[in-house]
Amino acid sequence: MPALPLDEAGKYVAGAYVVFVALILVYVAIIGTKIARIEREISAIVAAEEDE
Amino acid sequence: MYSKGLAPLAAATAVTITTAFTLVFFYAPNDADQGFIQKIFYVHVPMAIVALGGFVAGGVFAIKHLRSGDSSWDLRSYVAIHLSIILGVGVLATGAIWAKASWGHWWVWDEPVLVSFLVVFLLYCVYYPLRFSIEDPGRQARYSSVFAIAAGAFVPLNFVAVRMAESFTHPRVLSQTGGDLPGDMRLTFLVSLLGMVLLFVTLWKLELTAKHASMQLKKLRNRARVAA
Repeated sequence: MPALPLDEAGKYVAGAYVVFVALILVYVAIIGTKIARIEREISAIVAAEEDE
Repeated sequence: MYSKGLAPLAAATAVTITTAFTLVFFYAPNDADQGFIQKIFYVHVPMAIVALGGFVAGGVFAIKHLRSGDSSWDLRSYVAIHLSIILGVGVLATGAIWAKASWGHWWVWDEPVLVSFLVVFLLYCVYYPLRFSIEDPGRQARYSSVFAIAAGAFVPLNFVAVRMAESFTHPRVLSQTGGDLPGDMRLTFLVSLLGMVLLFVTLWKLELTAKHASMQLKKLRNRARVAA
């Protein structure tokens, strides 16, 4: 196939890079949520120990 | 434990990936044959190489686990494979976009490079049901390690298939004799590859840190329950 014109090729290239960035952002967001949950639970345990 | 050096590593990753993207769009010339669409190469190929490397690393960590009996090596193996599968999703998605733009089809079944990567990816998708169908932690770690070693040994076959493929659409770009990439494209590719390796190691350490913290928390909760 002949090379696509820039305006059409640009959509595919942007799509590929958006997929990559989105994948990494979603992954980091999931890990971030997990870390925030761990932090909350540790705070709850510390608070419970202090109450005792 | 696992978070040592994470902050500078993350900073180095951000700088390298930003540099790589700058080189891709402002330094590397458009490919004479494929034109602007070839820019996908700089994200697709490094991601594929790092994903396959991550699978092999998972196998190496699994060997260390079986030799030492230390469960931290199993955790390292699991996280490496988990991350490689995520990158594998990216490889298949970006590859499909590139295939559609270059060949007019989202997927081509007679292309050995694509099919062999899909086979490796599907093989590793079996890792999750295998691992989480075993409740006993010791057995889970041992069985998962055996799988990781066997599957890790299979991965180089995929690489050999790529090297042996003589297809015009997947030319050899790196070889001992210099390959076919011109200097500016080669530099851009190598910086992109370095960025992808650093990204993998950063995310690997981040997930290991989160998993380790989660396990420590579980122990703490159990101790608090026993004390109560």
